[in-house]
Amino acid sequence: MSLEEKVRDIIVDKLGVAPEKVKPEAHFIDDLGADSLDTVELVMAFEEEFNVEIPDDDAQQITTVKSAVDYLGKKIGE
Amino acid sequence: MAQSKRAIVTGGTRGIGRAIVKELASRSCCGVLFSDVAFVYNSCEECVEEIRQEIKSPETRIFALKADASSYEDAEATVAEAIQKLGGVDILVNNAGITRDNLLLRMTPEEFDTVINVNLRSVYNYTRAVIRHMIKQRYGRIVNISSVVGLIGNPGQANYAASKAGIIGFTKSAAREFASRGITVNAVAPGFIDTEMTRQLNEKQRETLIQNIPLKRLGTPEDVARVVAFLCSDDAEYITGQVINVDGGMVMS
Repeated sequence: MSLEEKVRDIIVDKLGVAPEKVKPEAHFIDDLGADSLDTVELVMAFEEEFNVEIPDDDAQQITTVKSAVDYLGKKIGE
Repeated sequence: MAQSKRAIVTGGTRGIGRAIVKELASRSCCGVLFSDVAFVYNSCEECVEEIRQEIKSPETRIFALKADASSYEDAEATVAEAIQKLGGVDILVNNAGITRDNLLLRMTPEEFDTVINVNLRSVYNYTRAVIRHMIKQRYGRIVNISSVVGLIGNPGQANYAASKAGIIGFTKSAAREFASRGITVNAVAPGFIDTEMTRQLNEKQRETLIQNIPLKRLGTPEDVARVVAFLCSDDAEYITGQVINVDGGMVMS
């Protein structure tokens, strides 16, 4: 499974949205109906799935699907 | 038998905390069997064995973990160990508390800070350490032990009262933050409970206090522990962000 697909699955699972809504430019809060606690939970799920630690400063930059994929890609060195 | 729960209790060796540990470990009602308790303590080594002796239910697992409740690092390590031993955590009771009474004119910064750190900062430390697990499992019960002194004040206890009032604000904020994740957060405000902490008062002070209690007696640690156990049970699932006074009617709001 590609990084994009893994990220999408986590978002679908955590936010309970349809997979087709998880477009790269989709904003977690504005487009996918997340609240602030959801975004923290998403980051926690990313940390677990990809076995990385995401500092709070970085976490705040992860606001869209694309920013999550880009960040995690860099973090795990793909 | 209903599923068992896993609880962490801070300040578990003496007074109210000890009664809470025993109540949670022994109680089997309301559809919940509280079986396993990890309690955190910082003093009274000999109490640990006493508590083990006092808990009669053989199926209950009890773990004692020594830590300074005011230390964030201790809390992280202690909670991690407790979760590992218990296999998870469903209940947190923030009970650790001390007094350093003094009139404000004489109260030192050290007396003020020590009480705030042990009583209030510890609530943050332990809640912070368990909340991730509770969010993930979409279930949690947090009960913070405040005091009626936090509601009405008391001469000589500005530090203690501030810490206990702080716990109430913390409780309400956390209740709002985590309600959507199946986690309830409540506070219990004991009145005048017969423990070592209140035995420091002299006979005359005690008499005066009892005069002001409509139910005309001191509370027992068990009076408080039963309410805590109720708030931890599934019967209390629709209660969050509340402060329940257990004070014989001393304070009515």
